Amino acid sequence: MRQLIVRRLLQTVPMLFFVSVVCFAMIKLAPGDPVLSFVTPNMHADDIERIRHNLGLDKPAYVQYFLWLKEIVQGDFGYSLVNHQPVLGQILDRLPATAGLMGSAIALAVLLAIPLGLIAGANRNRWADKLINLVAYIGISVPLFWLAILLMYLFAIKLHLLPSMGMRTIGVESAWDVVKHGILPCMVLAFGFLASYVRYIRSSTIGQLKEEYVQIQYAFGSKKSTILFRHVLKHVLLPVITLLGMSMGDLVAGAIVTETVFSWPGIGSLGMTAVKGMDYPLIMGITLFSSLMLILGNLIADILYSFVDPRIKLKG
Amino acid sequence: MNRSKWINVRSELFASGMGVAALVILTVFTLGAIFAFLTGRDPNTMDAMVRLTPPGAAHWFGTDDYGRDYLTRALYGGRVSLLVGFASMIIATGIGVLIGVVSGYFGGWLDSLLMRMIDVITSIPSFLILLLLSVFLKPSVGNIILIIALLMWMNIARIIRAETLTLKEREYVLYAKASGQSARGIIWRHILPGLVPTIIVGATNNIASAIMMESSLSFLGFGVQPPNATWGSMLNSAQGYIAQAPYLALFPGLLILLTVLSFNVLGDILRVGFEPKLNRR
Amino acid sequence: MTQRLLTVDNLKVSFAAREGENQAVRGVSFHIDAGETLGIVGESGSGKSVTAKAIMSLIAPPGRITSGEITLGGTSLTGLSEKEWRRLRGNRIAMVFQDPMTSLNPVKTIGQQLTEVIRRHRGLKKDAAYAEAAELLRQVGIRDPEQRLKQYPHEFSGGMRQRVMIAMALSCKPELLLADEPTTALDATIQAQILDLFKDLKANTQTAVALITHDLGVVAQVCTRVIVMYGGLIMEEGTVEDIFYRPQHPYTIGLLRSLPKRGGGSRERLVPIEGTPPDLLNPPPGCPFMERCPHAHARCASLPPVTELAPGHRTMCWLAVEQQEKAAAGSEGGNAE
Repeated sequence: MRQLIVRRLLQTVPMLFFVSVVCFAMIKLAPGDPVLSFVTPNMHADDIERIRHNLGLDKPAYVQYFLWLKEIVQGDFGYSLVNHQPVLGQILDRLPATAGLMGSAIALAVLLAIPLGLIAGANRNRWADKLINLVAYIGISVPLFWLAILLMYLFAIKLHLLPSMGMRTIGVESAWDVVKHGILPCMVLAFGFLASYVRYIRSSTIGQLKEEYVQIQYAFGSKKSTILFRHVLKHVLLPVITLLGMSMGDLVAGAIVTETVFSWPGIGSLGMTAVKGMDYPLIMGITLFSSLMLILGNLIADILYSFVDPRIKLKG
Repeated sequence: MNRSKWINVRSELFASGMGVAALVILTVFTLGAIFAFLTGRDPNTMDAMVRLTPPGAAHWFGTDDYGRDYLTRALYGGRVSLLVGFASMIIATGIGVLIGVVSGYFGGWLDSLLMRMIDVITSIPSFLILLLLSVFLKPSVGNIILIIALLMWMNIARIIRAETLTLKEREYVLYAKASGQSARGIIWRHILPGLVPTIIVGATNNIASAIMMESSLSFLGFGVQPPNATWGSMLNSAQGYIAQAPYLALFPGLLILLTVLSFNVLGDILRVGFEPKLNRR
Repeated sequence: MTQRLLTVDNLKVSFAAREGENQAVRGVSFHIDAGETLGIVGESGSGKSVTAKAIMSLIAPPGRITSGEITLGGTSLTGLSEKEWRRLRGNRIAMVFQDPMTSLNPVKTIGQQLTEVIRRHRGLKKDAAYAEAAELLRQVGIRDPEQRLKQYPHEFSGGMRQRVMIAMALSCKPELLLADEPTTALDATIQAQILDLFKDLKANTQTAVALITHDLGVVAQVCTRVIVMYGGLIMEEGTVEDIFYRPQHPYTIGLLRSLPKRGGGSRERLVPIEGTPPDLLNPPPGCPFMERCPHAHARCASLPPVTELAPGHRTMCWLAVEQQEKAAAGSEGGNAE
């Protein structure tokens, strides 16, 4: 068990290293000379050279990399080219909005997907299954931004039930206000995940119900519902942990799109602003940050899984 | 890959209404995109007189904010979306199969290296890379195809590698090895034919995700640039007129949904058809 | 003294398939007395497992029981509601399955799985159920049961798992235990241990056992009576002595020949029965064994009636009919040959 965790942690180290190299290479390869953003029209060539030297940009690339890595490790992600604010600070400022949105979307998706997937799997090819399956198919095929626009049109413009933009009404300081702003983005983000989780849970429910131990439960007088909730549920839920870890990447993509459509002030919309403004340090910071989260998410999912699944303890 | 499998796939395809519907939709959309000129209108000709006309007899899908015929734009947009989908699928599948087969067949350090590489690439959120690359490179259709392909090959490489690992333990492959055939010959004659079902299923799913990526990218304004339309960029401009002309948002989204849905449905049907025992729904 | 526990009358089960109806069981009648051990023998596809599942009403679509009357302890089981069936299953009738590796839920502890059954049918509290479960494990020869209850199935060997399954089946002191190939998936030495367990069961409890197997050797060790099934029908029925020393049906004789003899040395050649079992999608109208029978003749194209050779020794074969006809004719005519 402990061995397993240690091994898994050790695997993470080279991955982090490579990700950081890729991020660094990205800034280096980016078109445009970072020095130019410090240059004013009346500077001399040797002034420019001095700036280059001060920034450490005249050293060989690998030296620059280690200097950069040292700063990253110390929490210094550099400064935005646009508003000259520290990159990490900006990311951390936006983190609560994104974490709240992602967390509630994931929670909503999982909570709905479990019963829906079980119902569909247990009633295979009946109308309930066909309906759930169709909705799930649409869920994995619908462009989230389009869904966002449609919901916005329906709930904000036609029905005036919910606000369409931002996270707060200006001048209003209440949690309820934030929740109201969050409902639509959360629904949109949750829908895509809901669909893929439902499909997954459905097919593994179908698989489990064919297992011999389930047939045997019938022979011992179990009800179908008892079998589903006491026996199948746990089997089906275990892989969902891994699935959650794996969906972090899609979550980032979903967050970028959803936050942009709803002007939700999270890391996703920050990333969009950074990309539009060619703000390389900020782009790099966000890429590095979200990769870290991704690797961490997978790591936590794996470790959690090995805690919950009794079969892994033996091998660990 | 034997005949009975193809027959099985065919019967599976026509047995379900969904499969037939998906085929019909894709055929209609493809023909529409190819013969887009038959509407007799130019997708980029503006006409201020008919700005934001709702759908009607003259303009089936209405007109947009510049008075351009929306149906024509949607058909030409479909051209780009489908082209991007197909082309990046072909490139991605090519790379994926090559790397997957090499990795699975030869194994050893080469395999570890390639697989570690894939692990690293997939541990960076791909959509971010997509955004970044489309900023670095100039957004032309060719570049977008390349970028999307470069982000999609990892999945298929993993699947192909796994499949190659099982195929290379088959008796006939072991026999071919023992009888001294070259690695290249074995891969061509014995491994690749066995991979065909996996490749077809993977490719079908890849088109769906490529089309989805392209439209997301265009929607965010980093895809094909105006005045040329794709379904994604049409949605982007439709956003500004959502209150006055909701149909502008309705049509392109519906087209994306139906296309992606059809490819996903086909992918599932093919998977079941090729491996009826393993994947029965 | 013997009391009828279970009677099965003209049971028919078929499975809907794309090509038609697969008639797995085609009219089977037998009984089990209280406390006895009945062997049901046949090769795979003979309908023996389907019969057992039908007794517990566990035939799932596309299969269905097309006809037949089953009574348990004098009351008919036909037309019971699903709820009444659930009260019966695992309680009055229990079942042990073939493969102990797949018959326990891998993510729940043995204790959880055992107590679930005990609590459902006997209404015990959690602690009492655990104590009972430990006692059951002890009875089936598992040492250190309190510890073992906390473990997961993968921590048990195949033989140990089968002991757990038997403990689970016995947990509610069932009147009838259906054991479907309980030793087939196990190593030979483990097989012997499990069979010993069944012998203990016969000696120490009132539970009647139907032991389903393809192995006549197993039957010889534990059973009192035997049913031989083939092609969805009962070919021969009798006591162990009837079947082993006075077999009538050519299929039974064939089965006995293919059995390695104890003490006969391993040199002796086993004689397998040639040919394949009948296609139950389009079952032959006559004797199902006709195709493979060395004595087949014209009459075998129609289904033979059941002939009683001696009390309790029945067979379904034209040879037996002809013998009786001859005997009857002989006693009338006064000459033997």
